[in-house]
Amino acid sequence: MSKKKLVMIGNGMAGVRAIEEILKANPDMFDITIFGAEKYPNYNRIMLSPVLAGDTTIEDIILNDEKWYSDNDITLHMGKRIKEIQRGYKKVIAEDGTEAEYDNLIIATGSNPFIIPIPGHDKQGVMAFRDIDDCDKMFEAAKTYKKAAVIGGGLLGLEAAKGLMHLGMEATVIHDQATLMNMQLDTPAGEMLRAELEDQGIKFKTSTLTTEVVGDERVTGLKFKDGSTLDCDLLIMAVGIRPNMALAKDCGLFCNRGIVVNDYMQTVTDPAIYTVGECAEHRGIAYGLVAPLFEQAKTLAYMITGQGLKAYEGSVVSTKLKISGVDVFSAGDFMGTPGADIIELMDKVGGVYKKIVLEDDKIKGVVMFGDTADGPTFFQWMQDGKDVSEQRSTMLFSASGLGDSGHSGVDLAAEMSDETVVCGCNGITKKDVVDSIVKGGLTTRKEITACTKAAGSCGGCAGLVDQILASTLGTAFVESEHDPICGCTDLNHEQVKEQIKTKKLTMVREVMNVLEWKKEGCQVCRPAINYYIGMLFPEDSKDDRTSRIANEKMHANIQKDGTFSVIPRIYGGETTADELMKIATVAKKYNVPTVKITGGQRIDLLGIKKEDLTNVWKDLDMDCGYAYGKALRTVKTCVGSNWCRFGTQDSTSLGIHLEKQLDRIWFPAKVKLAVSGCPRNCAEATIKDVGIVGVEGGWEISTGGNGGVHVVATELLCIVETAEEVEEVSKAYLQHYRETGRHNERCAPWQKRVGLEGIKALVVDNLENRKALVERLHTYLAQQEKDPWAERIEDAEKENSKTFSEYKLIDIPVRVEAS
Amino acid sequence: MSQSTNNNWIEVCKLDEIPPSQARTVNAGDVQIAVFRLTDDRVKAIENRCPHKNGPLAEGIISGDDILCPLHNWRIHLDDGQVAAPDEGCVKTYTTKVENGQVFLSL
Repeated sequence: MSKKKLVMIGNGMAGVRAIEEILKANPDMFDITIFGAEKYPNYNRIMLSPVLAGDTTIEDIILNDEKWYSDNDITLHMGKRIKEIQRGYKKVIAEDGTEAEYDNLIIATGSNPFIIPIPGHDKQGVMAFRDIDDCDKMFEAAKTYKKAAVIGGGLLGLEAAKGLMHLGMEATVIHDQATLMNMQLDTPAGEMLRAELEDQGIKFKTSTLTTEVVGDERVTGLKFKDGSTLDCDLLIMAVGIRPNMALAKDCGLFCNRGIVVNDYMQTVTDPAIYTVGECAEHRGIAYGLVAPLFEQAKTLAYMITGQGLKAYEGSVVSTKLKISGVDVFSAGDFMGTPGADIIELMDKVGGVYKKIVLEDDKIKGVVMFGDTADGPTFFQWMQDGKDVSEQRSTMLFSASGLGDSGHSGVDLAAEMSDETVVCGCNGITKKDVVDSIVKGGLTTRKEITACTKAAGSCGGCAGLVDQILASTLGTAFVESEHDPICGCTDLNHEQVKEQIKTKKLTMVREVMNVLEWKKEGCQVCRPAINYYIGMLFPEDSKDDRTSRIANEKMHANIQKDGTFSVIPRIYGGETTADELMKIATVAKKYNVPTVKITGGQRIDLLGIKKEDLTNVWKDLDMDCGYAYGKALRTVKTCVGSNWCRFGTQDSTSLGIHLEKQLDRIWFPAKVKLAVSGCPRNCAEATIKDVGIVGVEGGWEISTGGNGGVHVVATELLCIVETAEEVEEVSKAYLQHYRETGRHNERCAPWQKRVGLEGIKALVVDNLENRKALVERLHTYLAQQEKDPWAERIEDAEKENSKTFSEYKLIDIPVRVEAS
Repeated sequence: MSQSTNNNWIEVCKLDEIPPSQARTVNAGDVQIAVFRLTDDRVKAIENRCPHKNGPLAEGIISGDDILCPLHNWRIHLDDGQVAAPDEGCVKTYTTKVENGQVFLSL
């Protein structure tokens, strides 16, 4: 069966959206031909203002490039204006003579800007702001002329003024009403907008009627009704649009304000002809906003492809816009009759204004300025007729402004119903966005926009989309989820770990070869690979010292002058006189310049030369303190019930025991523990990776804290009765962290990423899994029996030792002088 | 970069006294030289001092024919001592040779 011929006049947002919907519904039904008067493919007309303002480019606002038309076998005639529709012959004829026959015709001619027919309106330098050509003309004009006037204080006029200012012109906006954007804003919001725009340099004349455009050939000024005048050499008319229905009228289609259609977007005169967009009049209304047009497009596609009847019943519109960097939102009857029930929030300094008009505890109208994140929710509540008596005391305080603790921890995005429209421009609901995230595995707003179009038109809902993204992915939301480990590879941590595991790779070089590393490996990826191998195959792999950073390779902390610092283990921070004397003796013998008590209750010997390291360790005769590595650093303790009159538990003994148990383990990042003997928490356990606090009859274990750049308090993991359980849970938690943490990711961000509840389930509640985790840790520990310092001392004492020979300097009998 | 050319070969150590893919530090009067044994047993020598903050390069990670400074991860090419962009600088390099398992430096 041959395809039916579908011709569309007009190549704009509504029409092309209808074509997209038709292709979605039935890609093989029509041979499609599109005529567009402009010489561009379909672009985002809403974004013309940012183009003018220099925030984006024409290329960036193209919605369907020419490839899209050819990919979909659409014949595109750009720059060809149709002059006639011959309904009798079912064909259209362009000005250049091109003809096309149709079985179905869509008229999507949009609208024309309205030029007020005042005297002088036809002079040079008087223009509208409607398409890319207008943009080009304004770019040109700004090179020669400096004073622009804009008639019309609506959205388009304000954005034109902003754009002209950006092009270096002075801009004055003339508005016949007292309030800017009076169709969308009430007086206070309009005032705030005006103040903001005046700050940005735009001048205003409100409540002013223009009576005449003066000048010879070109405009030189304006005359107003009150007798005043204004000099200008460019005049933009931005007072509104009129449906473009000349062609339809000429071929005898019934037109009123626009081309009249039924609920299925068919013209009432000719069922073969459809119309959509700003040129269509439906139930007496010709819409000028994008959202209803997109709904119409969907209805049209259903009807024309015979998918069934999906009537279009008109739209209740809300406005959510970004104007010159300021967010505004309005819906419904936001003016409110005198005496109406109104709740308001006005923060002039902060630039936030919100007003909700209520009637019988239901929302009748909303206007918001500055912070509009909750707008769509209110709009949904308004449409649902929801009783908001419970919300009224808090609803003006935005969730977005309160951070995590806002609304008693309730996330606005999570609270939104599935049907709430997030992106008004494209009619995308919360469910659409969530589905795209879940099914498509999306993690960035960019991907969501590419997939659903949400936030792709005016961009006003970008913040909301981010919120939904965050709430859908849970607290795990991080932009960089899919970022590769480093520039040496395209794989991320999880992928590398998975490949090492499934391919059983046990050497760093092997991993880089098999996984096609682009470079030789660096200080970021090689230590990560080395860690993952050691964690996954403790029994079948060997540590690759060449893939360790200097500190971990040398088992001491390199200092800025190239010397090292040595910190021996002092388990639980409890030492003895003998130990202290040993440390003191070493400090004297090696002229250690600085001896320092660390924040983790240890003693640090700073300024030790590389060649002295093995001797220092030997003389100390203490265990390696791992203060240099991604390992257990310290278990900080208070004196506990042995001495303290408040102590309820023996925190010191437990701390010493834990430090001994968790010694010699490599972790994704450094790990710090603390044990306090009572809730006074002198060991500061609540900012540690694992913090243990003694309470009457048991221990509280809380995890995921951090005292570094971003202070994070721990979250309660569980309460247990015995020290043995503390040990088991701590081990299970840390092994789980070892297995799922990314290299160089501390416990705090890891716990935030994977979620405490999940961790709890695996390391506390599921006893079997808890035991398995502990067992795996013990298997690993069995391979780490030697103290690294002892190992190096042993090696150094061998004749001709070669394993760790880099500690020894080589002297050659040549003097090279410093350059 | 300035590279010494008078081929006055000095014995340094045996090749197997440098752990594979690691370095030894050599004292030569006022100057310390880092002698690297690359993955394929080629030997490279440069002054043991990063032009940034004097980091001891011998302690860094070898990445191909580059060394990554242990202090702030500057990347220095072992052949010519050039620092990789975006950082800038240069380290003095020394000619080396390995004969019969013995490493020589030309100073």
